[in-house]
Amino acid sequence: MQLAAVILVDGLVYASYLFMVAVGLTVIFGVQRVLNTAHGSFFAFGAYLAAMLIGAWYKAGWPAYGGFLIIVVSAAVVGIVLGLIIERCLLKYLYDRDEHIVVLATFAAFLALEDVILLIWGTDPYYAIQPVQELGATQIAGLKFDNYNLSMIAISGVLALSLWYALRRTTWGKMLLAVIYDREVSRAMGINVTAVFLITFILGSILAALGGAYLAPTISVLPGIGVEVIVIAFAVVVIGGMGSIPGALIGAVIVGISRAAAVHLLPSIELFVIYIIMAGVLIFRPEGLFVPVKARRI
Amino acid sequence: MHTLKFRGMTRTLGASLVTALVMGPGSALAKDEITMAVPTFTTGAGGPAFGVPGKQGVELLIDAINAGTMPAPYNTKGMGGARVKALVYDESGGNTKQVAELRNKVQKENVDLVVGYVSSGSCSAIAPVAEELKILTLLTVCGTPRVFEELVKEPKYVFRTINHAVASNLSLARYVVEKYGDKNGYTGVNPNYAWGQDSWRDFDMSMKVLAPKMIQTTTPQFPKLFGGQFGSEISAMLRAPEQIVHSSVWGGDIESLIFQGQPRGLFDNKLFLFTVGDSAVYRLGKQFPMGSLVGARGPYGIYASTELNKSPLNVWFQREYRARYKEQPSQAAYQYAQGVLAAKYAYDRAQAGNGGKFPSTDQVITALRGATFTSLAGTVRMSLSKGHQAVTEDMWGVLFWDMKLNEPMVRDVVTYPPECVNPPADALDSTEWIKAGMKGTKC
Repeated sequence: MQLAAVILVDGLVYASYLFMVAVGLTVIFGVQRVLNTAHGSFFAFGAYLAAMLIGAWYKAGWPAYGGFLIIVVSAAVVGIVLGLIIERCLLKYLYDRDEHIVVLATFAAFLALEDVILLIWGTDPYYAIQPVQELGATQIAGLKFDNYNLSMIAISGVLALSLWYALRRTTWGKMLLAVIYDREVSRAMGINVTAVFLITFILGSILAALGGAYLAPTISVLPGIGVEVIVIAFAVVVIGGMGSIPGALIGAVIVGISRAAAVHLLPSIELFVIYIIMAGVLIFRPEGLFVPVKARRI
Repeated sequence: MHTLKFRGMTRTLGASLVTALVMGPGSALAKDEITMAVPTFTTGAGGPAFGVPGKQGVELLIDAINAGTMPAPYNTKGMGGARVKALVYDESGGNTKQVAELRNKVQKENVDLVVGYVSSGSCSAIAPVAEELKILTLLTVCGTPRVFEELVKEPKYVFRTINHAVASNLSLARYVVEKYGDKNGYTGVNPNYAWGQDSWRDFDMSMKVLAPKMIQTTTPQFPKLFGGQFGSEISAMLRAPEQIVHSSVWGGDIESLIFQGQPRGLFDNKLFLFTVGDSAVYRLGKQFPMGSLVGARGPYGIYASTELNKSPLNVWFQREYRARYKEQPSQAAYQYAQGVLAAKYAYDRAQAGNGGKFPSTDQVITALRGATFTSLAGTVRMSLSKGHQAVTEDMWGVLFWDMKLNEPMVRDVVTYPPECVNPPADALDSTEWIKAGMKGTKC
């Protein structure tokens, strides 16, 4: 029983991390049909900016809550600036091109942004562990869990609910769904598709940067962190279904709990378990768990 | 006029061809400059811990060698009389890329030798290719014993100038049995690739021989290399009854493990054995869990502090490195520098044996094979794997914060001589040697 509780908590913490890094990717793909490989760079930029500013904030001895504010502000700044640049300077010229060309273009952007990270922050790692220390720890099932990581579960839940509400219960969400369903008809009905695309891309970028900024206090922020993230985010999105927010959430929970169970029960398959789930989904339901099967348009 | 010119050209070409055929590959030619390729992590998670200090160690030594400002016995200018030019390039990107990079460096950029490689994955991938390309290659950091025990059993061009991982893990097992024999058992968290798996295997097997009654875990953890998320592994370790945790995590992983483990009390409950902990102690400072055992794969980094090693070469290196880079030299700086010194030793020795003329690659290889040379942190003997694998002392101690120096330091240090922690020269497989009870060790 104690083991089951520990697996559940570990699994949910990991799932919330996965959801945070995958949800932006799935939002952008759902609306724009853009498989954004540069997502990993947005994550890394968010992590770097947050780590740098949090370090400076605490060094100056300013109030502790500011560290948490920095996480949100860093994500917003990175998402708006990078999202705007990539969408306006690159993607808007490619929407009518083949999806493979768009993937290659975002991959090129990813490589360029990785070098920009090196130019700005160099190769030295950045640390910002103070927010984790501020929040302390809680005893669950006989083990100590830090509250910062536990808070990720709540943040991911709030994110999922907010996105669901925004999509299903607001005018903007309905416009978005119309664009997802048919761009041409939406345009004919007077929806500003260009603006919808721009806002969606910036939102996805902010979510990616938020993942990085929120994780920054728990990791060593150094070159290459974006690469690791993009691989795992793709796996989650493929499992849940490309473009599906509930899919990303359930995909993250499945992967998170399976991985935690593997670590506790059979550690040698820990690496394998994520990809075996992905392979299984691809074999039996190639469109993902939460995307309805569609007839191909000819 | 044209005919004469054509004949002249054919003669020149013919003469060059004959000379090339007679002299063969690796023959001696007067040289003003040697180009040394230096692969290391200039980007990615391995950069700050190994790549950057390794590169700095190489640059410092090459500048001093070219200027002739190193202390004796390396106080002559250049290598074999030639200036050295370092061509540092990135080791990131995976094994396939490294093999392609090596081919490019040898076949297109005509480098004379390669000194470097951090990752055991890279070394395993490139060692057979280096032999095929006939390029003198000195592996500096990577630890997997498979390089000479499985992949290149008859090496000619490939050398490794540092202990392989068996020495580090066997010496650690000896230290644990000696100092912590009362602890109830051990488990492990090691990265899931050649280095991590070999490190755990060597430590686990050594412990089974040295302390068969100590509890051995049935669920050692193997997280993804540079995955960065250790929440589940930390829970598993906290739940485990074993009090000791063996860990060969490095780069960003060691820092993330510490950051995620500290608020959960992991290091209050367990004694951690960080086999390459030295690579992070200076960067993390007081955030590194004090009381842990930290290794440096030999007498390098924190074990080469001038408090512990006062040899003139070491004092010079410490002084110059700290002055130039405003930081302490960690293990990678020493290990890369050791590779450069091995090359200088071999070129100079071969030159002396060649009547003062610049030596051929074959002469350099002969000079290095089985040699014993003085390095920054001690003596290096190329005694294993037919004279291509180095052995050195290995050291272990407990990390503490030295208030006087205001930097991390080690106490309760034990030095293990090479013959105590390495298989004898005739042992073909170090794993089998450990399993068979480590016959022939002299402690």
